[in-house]
Amino acid sequence: MTMSDMENLESNLMADIAAASDEPAIENVRIAALGKKGSVSELLKTLGSMSPEDRQVKGPAINGLKNRIAEALAARKDELKDAATTARLAAEKLDVTLPVRQSPAERGRIHPISQVIDEIAAIFGDMGFSIAEGPDVETDHYNFTALNFPEGHPAREMHDTFFFPPGKDGTRKLLRTHTSPVQIRTMETQQPPIRIVIPGKTYRQDSDATHSPMFHQVEGLVIDKTANIANMRWVLEEFCKAFFEVPQLNMRFRPSFFPFTEPSLEVDIQCDRSRPGEVRFGEGNDWMEILGCGMVHPNVLRFAGLDPDEYQGFAWGMGIDRIAMLKYGMPDLRAFFDADVRWLSHYGFRPLDMPTLFGGLSQ
Amino acid sequence: MKFTLSWLKDHLETDASLDEIVERLTSIGLEVESVDDKAGLKPFVIAKVLTAVQHPDADRLRVLTVDTGDGRPPVQVVCGAPNARAGLIGAFAAPGTYVPGIDVTLAVGKIRGVESHGMMCSERELELSDEHDGIIDLPEDAPVGTSYASYAKLDDPVIDINLTPNRPDATGVHGIARDLAASGMGRLKTPAIEPVSGKGETPVKVRLDFGDTEPLCHGFALRLVKGVKNAASPKWLQQRLIAIGLRPINALVDITNYITFDRGRPLHVFDAAKVKGDLVVRRARDGEKILALDGREYALTPEMCVIADDNGLESIAGVMGGEHSGCDESTTDVLIESALWEPLNIARTGRTLGIITDARYRFERGVDPEFMVPGLELATRMVLDFCGGEPCETEVVGYAGHTPKTVSFPVSEVKRLTGLDVPKADSLDILTRLGFDPHGSGDVVDVSVPSWRPDVEGNADLVEEVMRIHGVDKIAPAPLSSHDAVNGKILTTLQIRTRAAKRALAVRGMMEAVTWSFIPAAHAELFGGGKPELRLDNPIAAEMSDMRPSLLPGLVAAAQRNADKGIGDVALFEVSGTYEGDRPEEQRRVAAGVRRGTAGLEGSGRNWAGNAKNVGVFDAKADAFAALEACGAPVANLQVEASGPSWYHPGRCGTIKLGPKVVLGHFGEFHPKALEVLDASGALCGFEIFIDAVPEPKAKATRTKPRLDLSAFQMVRRDFAFVVDKQVEAGSLSKAALAADRKLISGVNVFDVFEGASIGEGKKSIAIEVSIQPMEKTLTDEDFEALAGKIVDNVKKQTGGVLRG
Repeated sequence: MTMSDMENLESNLMADIAAASDEPAIENVRIAALGKKGSVSELLKTLGSMSPEDRQVKGPAINGLKNRIAEALAARKDELKDAATTARLAAEKLDVTLPVRQSPAERGRIHPISQVIDEIAAIFGDMGFSIAEGPDVETDHYNFTALNFPEGHPAREMHDTFFFPPGKDGTRKLLRTHTSPVQIRTMETQQPPIRIVIPGKTYRQDSDATHSPMFHQVEGLVIDKTANIANMRWVLEEFCKAFFEVPQLNMRFRPSFFPFTEPSLEVDIQCDRSRPGEVRFGEGNDWMEILGCGMVHPNVLRFAGLDPDEYQGFAWGMGIDRIAMLKYGMPDLRAFFDADVRWLSHYGFRPLDMPTLFGGLSQ
Repeated sequence: MKFTLSWLKDHLETDASLDEIVERLTSIGLEVESVDDKAGLKPFVIAKVLTAVQHPDADRLRVLTVDTGDGRPPVQVVCGAPNARAGLIGAFAAPGTYVPGIDVTLAVGKIRGVESHGMMCSERELELSDEHDGIIDLPEDAPVGTSYASYAKLDDPVIDINLTPNRPDATGVHGIARDLAASGMGRLKTPAIEPVSGKGETPVKVRLDFGDTEPLCHGFALRLVKGVKNAASPKWLQQRLIAIGLRPINALVDITNYITFDRGRPLHVFDAAKVKGDLVVRRARDGEKILALDGREYALTPEMCVIADDNGLESIAGVMGGEHSGCDESTTDVLIESALWEPLNIARTGRTLGIITDARYRFERGVDPEFMVPGLELATRMVLDFCGGEPCETEVVGYAGHTPKTVSFPVSEVKRLTGLDVPKADSLDILTRLGFDPHGSGDVVDVSVPSWRPDVEGNADLVEEVMRIHGVDKIAPAPLSSHDAVNGKILTTLQIRTRAAKRALAVRGMMEAVTWSFIPAAHAELFGGGKPELRLDNPIAAEMSDMRPSLLPGLVAAAQRNADKGIGDVALFEVSGTYEGDRPEEQRRVAAGVRRGTAGLEGSGRNWAGNAKNVGVFDAKADAFAALEACGAPVANLQVEASGPSWYHPGRCGTIKLGPKVVLGHFGEFHPKALEVLDASGALCGFEIFIDAVPEPKAKATRTKPRLDLSAFQMVRRDFAFVVDKQVEAGSLSKAALAADRKLISGVNVFDVFEGASIGEGKKSIAIEVSIQPMEKTLTDEDFEALAGKIVDNVKKQTGGVLRG
């Protein structure tokens, strides 16, 4: 084969390679050129029967041709593979604007009351308190008598308290009007020192925009041999700062009256209510009543079997629903018990948002 | 309790400002609810009408020129008052002033074509009285250009105190002044009461007649004043009564109201001419009726105390007088009553009859017994001053006198209970200023309690007195001692499980509801409740009568309420109490949930990737097990029985048990009859888990988890399909397969259940995938064959199932 024949062969093969449009076609070109009977392979075979002089000239030419064809084949093969991948990917395109379903954990909600109880537990747990609970259906003794409510006190009448029919012994059970009966139940069964908080359901025969026949209270009780009003101020101020998540708060303790504490105080927090639907603590000129508290009345200690000359302590109570409303801005108490999923979705909390002190009570 | 600043200053000499007084009142326990500083009356000035001419276009209107005293030219005002005339001096409101009586802010306007630049006001327009026959007409010397309110003494601020029930002494201005003076704000200057001597006995006699029942009257003083002229009371007194929201009636009635507020001493006046015979104080007879001063008739019971004469009932003692013997302008002889009533009885009577009066407010707190007679003397003096007349001698019946209480008070109690360091002398000084009488010199002082403080009984009460007067704000917060460096777990197992169940269910896309503890009786009965001891005597509404035996009725109702608002796909749960009886241990702790419509775990409603199906028994089962798992129940060891309480679909419910006896919960779809009673519809399923029935975890010495041995050999899965009788439960087939070789078989999963003609009548096919985990060596074909044989044999033995051909 003359050199010009070889050039023709090369240009023909190169044209075939360039024309191959897919992987089988390029394979056919490879077989036709470099296969056992391929045109270039046949040329290589002719080298054996050549004179050394001819071989010296044609050898490099034929090998060069083979190498160039092999390279061109490989390059074209890569090109075709890339093109095929690109085409496949183009065909696989999806509309990513289609919506995906929310995960269950995104949809689920914890009721604000549960969340706020967890917040309270986180704060008081840090101060060495534990959580106590008690029954909703109570006796007159635990709800009133042992808490120093005198006979004939208005709260004992049908107007304020839900009663059950009299039992065989003539006494009637009732729905507790406050969480305070748990104070007595705890003092009866546990020796001081006592530090407990008592969250729970409470009931009063009352229903309007700001009252619900069922609501939630949290009560606190500290009993030891030294706990006094100065300690109570500290506990309540620390709690309120932590709960409302503000660095500083002004609190006003006012003398007041409750049957089960003496001295008794009510506590106001300074706040700013100038923005509709929002209360800001730690600023402003308004005072908002937040809780009642006092030194446990000596009669209450006696009823619970403790000597008021040896033991002393303080107690306080506040509305869980109320502090939840103040902190998170729900306008209406009654909606708490409606189970309207729009309300729950808006005011409820994501299940994995656990209130902790190290990670912040709320997000 | 309302009073005005000038009224307070009758009793208290002080230079303190209104703000200082208000702040002090609150800080000593007399919480100021509101202060009306009468700012609304400030814009009204005294002005003089210079000219008054007929309006050109209106018969009843006049056009005035008015000098408002501000040095500017007179303004033109159109006025319709009949008494508008040149020379009249009255109260003028300039444009821009808000006039409360007509609820209008004035603007310059044209009235019938004539411009009017303001308004000459009537008393009604200023809300001073109902007077509207003409505009205010002041004496000629009224200073034009100055504030009308201050001229007429209408700018006296009104203070309203939210009084706690333990402070009867502060139901009068005098007592409030005493507290302020004790706190260092001014000097108490209440004038002493001089007794008024009378001529001759009061002819009407009084008898307390309680027979052998508990007496309801602890003293009764009565005095006749003859020849009075009962006209209007003086202007200053009327103004004070109006300021605190009372209507002046006539001098005699106004005097009783005045002393009620001035001294916390309610009185009653009878027109002596209308009283027949003597007065008897007794219990009412059953069904006795009285027409009271409010014009209403009240039916009384023997639990109530009355004052009667020969005509019948004249007064509901301490609560409200009778219409019949009330005083009016024609009264010439007046009987003034000052009595002591049993506080509890007054409270109960007032509540039962629904009467709220200023007298009840004071008597139910307990008035000062030692002021019964002085109060009557003060009233006599005022009657003589305002109405003239001649007093008889005072008749006092049934009053045994007052023995002061004495408290042995260790003064160190102040420090012990409050943390305050108040020197002993200061503590005793505070008590003395409040009217207490401390005597003795040691660490424990005998303190006698004044007659006006029935609330003070022991040390803690005296500590409160010292604390509130010394100043609560002086108590510096002191940290509670810390128990431990790091606090331990503070929740009980039940509390932990309650929290865990809530979070676990919320993570499953459910929303936590808090529903009422009381439900309709029909719902309670349907769910196994309805016990009489759990039915409220006085529910707030008929459908809130019974303590719930289950959380499900409330949740199903809640789901339906949402559906009624157009949100039919809802998943709700609640973790709370149910009530099996009225004892504490009969209050259960339950986790329950309800899914409605298509609200399954993966989401509800239609979706391009596949629509959600209606919920059913298996959604509820999955929720129930998730809740149990979160509560730490041994989920792998629980049994599910195909049965459940009557409110479930009998063929689509299950009971979850731990061992043969302990029921941990139920799940299922609901019985159509139950849904009918609950008034609910649609696809619904629910579950209930008894958290308090889950056993306590065993105490463990360490937190180390059991050793985990991972096999080095490949796990193999083999499928088997069995044909069994239709009644055979998949659970027992799985169990039989699993039991074939407990060492090698690590799991059995049901992947298909099929019924059809090809299987045969009354038969079904259950296909299972068995996971085989060799631990010691790779299994040979012979090993697998042997194992398969064991599986087939055991399934046949336990369920009668045969391998499907």
